[in-house]
Amino acid sequence: MAYALCLLLFMIGLYCVAVKKNLVKIVIGLAVMEYAVNLFLIMLGYRAGGVAPILTRSEVGPKGELSDIFVSRAVDPLPQALVLTAIVISLGTLALLIATCIRIYSRYGTFDITQIRRLKG
Amino acid sequence: MNDRGMSIIVKTITGPVKVLIFLFGINVILFGHLTPGGGFAGGVVLAGSYVLLMLAFGKGYAEQNLPTSLASRLDCIGALLFATVACLGAILAGSFFVNFLYQRYLPGRLLDLVSAGTIPLSNLAIGLKVGASLYLVVVMLSVFGKDTADKV
Amino acid sequence: MTGWMPAFVVLPLISAFVLPILGGRRFKPVATVFANLVTLALLLLALAWLPRLLAEKVATYRVGNWDPRVGILMVLDGLSWLMLAVIAIVSAAAMLFGARYMEQYTAKAKYLSLFMLMLAGMNGVVLAGDLFNLFVFLEIASIASYALVGFGCKDEQLEASFKYMVIGGVGSSLILLGIALVYGNAAALNMAFVSKAISSYGWNNGLTFALVLFVVGFGIKAAVVPFHAWLPDAHPAAPAPISAMLSGLLIKTLGVYGLTRVIFNVFGLTGSIGWVLIGLGLASMVTGALLGIGQWDVKRLLAYSSISQVGYIFAGLGLGAVLLQLGNAHRDLARWAVLGALLHLANHAVYKALLFLTSGSIEMATGTRQMDRLGGLAQRMPLTRAACLIGSASIAGIFPFAGFWSKLVLVVAAVQARFFWLAAAMVAVAVCTLIMYLRLHRYVFLGPLPESAGMVRDCQGSMRVAMLILTVVTLAMGLVLIVPQVRGSVLDPAVDVVVGGVKQYLAMLEG
Repeated sequence: MAYALCLLLFMIGLYCVAVKKNLVKIVIGLAVMEYAVNLFLIMLGYRAGGVAPILTRSEVGPKGELSDIFVSRAVDPLPQALVLTAIVISLGTLALLIATCIRIYSRYGTFDITQIRRLKG
Repeated sequence: MNDRGMSIIVKTITGPVKVLIFLFGINVILFGHLTPGGGFAGGVVLAGSYVLLMLAFGKGYAEQNLPTSLASRLDCIGALLFATVACLGAILAGSFFVNFLYQRYLPGRLLDLVSAGTIPLSNLAIGLKVGASLYLVVVMLSVFGKDTADKV
Repeated sequence: MTGWMPAFVVLPLISAFVLPILGGRRFKPVATVFANLVTLALLLLALAWLPRLLAEKVATYRVGNWDPRVGILMVLDGLSWLMLAVIAIVSAAAMLFGARYMEQYTAKAKYLSLFMLMLAGMNGVVLAGDLFNLFVFLEIASIASYALVGFGCKDEQLEASFKYMVIGGVGSSLILLGIALVYGNAAALNMAFVSKAISSYGWNNGLTFALVLFVVGFGIKAAVVPFHAWLPDAHPAAPAPISAMLSGLLIKTLGVYGLTRVIFNVFGLTGSIGWVLIGLGLASMVTGALLGIGQWDVKRLLAYSSISQVGYIFAGLGLGAVLLQLGNAHRDLARWAVLGALLHLANHAVYKALLFLTSGSIEMATGTRQMDRLGGLAQRMPLTRAACLIGSASIAGIFPFAGFWSKLVLVVAAVQARFFWLAAAMVAVAVCTLIMYLRLHRYVFLGPLPESAGMVRDCQGSMRVAMLILTVVTLAMGLVLIVPQVRGSVLDPAVDVVVGGVKQYLAMLEG
């Protein structure tokens, strides 16, 4: 059920990218799409009644082995690592997009994509 | 962002607060192998302290404090440090990115500050790089505005 | 020798961060020489790997000595080697061309750094042994290319870069969503473990949805027809060596290679995926050719022609997929179809890069790209004209040149498989391509020289050398199919990997 809501968020982002006419709103739509994908990835690792996969002194035995309760209750850490990487990537893309938007605004004078149509054919 | 910064109240408060934020960023980076965070999150907090500086005091002051050429060099040095750590793994222990400190030279005790081998070094390198990069991004984005349209 | 596999990715990555430090005005020649040395070193490394590839079919590298189930694995098999060799040749030539061409832009050190990042990303995609690594390097290459398309910072270039970024960003999100679905269904990210899980647990709806997402996402990166909207704006707007890299390498490495790896080696051939590929390929071939005939801008014409030729590659791969699914009796014919597609991939990378470099030389000499304002350049720019002639003859499929052989293999494979409509479409599109390039030559090189041309000179220095190198390589590509030793060592390993499918990929990695 929660996965379906994630996909709904993805569709909302896709709608923004496809339909809106303001450059910045298109960028926000793309950001919403990326948030939706990151949320979906994190939810994949979820385990009911789980704990964060971070070791503290109480979970480590005297010789360095992990306690069984920890292993059986910790959520999957791999999707969290994937999401960290994906967030960094989307940060880079967003920074580049916003810089391009600002430059376009200073050249064309408007954020409206129906007026930014010098490339045709 | 205008060049005069904000009011005197904001400037007075920002003085100590930005130092605290910077220290918190360094804490997140240094303890990255023990607590959540690590290189990237700590780097973002470091850049955040500079953004606060820019908002409160104006862009000119921030650029005097940390010029963009220096930030660009720090960025590259951070990335090269990360690459050096990875290549040392290849030279000293066979494969690329091997955690050679943990396996051979300096294992440390579990859950201490000095443990987990080369991971804190990688965190430092990434924190430096991300902090410098985000600072550059915010400075460069604030160059353009409606009033600078003719100068572009 | 296996220990040098990360060098393909690490060497350009390190040089990408060393180059901005060398970026001051005094150091610009040093930076250029350094960058050229790096691409040359990569070319030598790729060529030196060939004997080792022929000895053992595949080389793997465990990054950090971690077990493949939890760690990053780099895999170099026949298909990866073919892509690496093509990437190395074209990028060395484009970098050499850019040494002189990019003098007209400022911030050359940043251009070199971004070029190196794009190269590192492409090499990483080709060497990736697990899905998420493929995604990360795909993003590195894509973001570097977004910045490079808008490098000149003129109005049209910014608009083209924005359009490319948004559509490319949508494609990347779709690919990541597909990877998330695959992880949810197979509980692994390493390609070998995923295919093992899929073949043991069976197929379900989540995997079908993931496959659809991959086709759309990689299709956006490869610019096949329903998703091609960004290419005719982005490729002309980029500086000429970057157009050569984008059109010749990026759309094929990120789009075609990614999709091939995922469909043939990870998911296996299920359902009607072959028909989908044939449909996409057919639509691209026809649309690209028909829209390209009416263009008046040289680089836009070349961009539409790229869409059309990538359609050939997709159609060939789809044909191979359909034939493989029909059973073992058709396996030989499937091999020929895939061989035609991969040969066309390598050919098109080389001669499209050559054509874009010649268009860059024309633009640098005359200052315009519109064909109605050009003319009569044949007597002033003989080297450019010869290079463009050889490139156009190859792409149009004229007899002894390279393109003829790959199109011949594709058409014969289609006819022998009784897909007569596909063969007819291929031949018709080849005729349209010939018309496109005849038009290009008539308006750009023949005819009277306009008065505004003034003192137009041919290109100098490194641009000349780069175009000569690519011309020689284009002529040599014509021999790849006919000489059996060359075909056996360069193409056959790649075809084996694609046709072998899931079983052979698993067997290769376990052995």
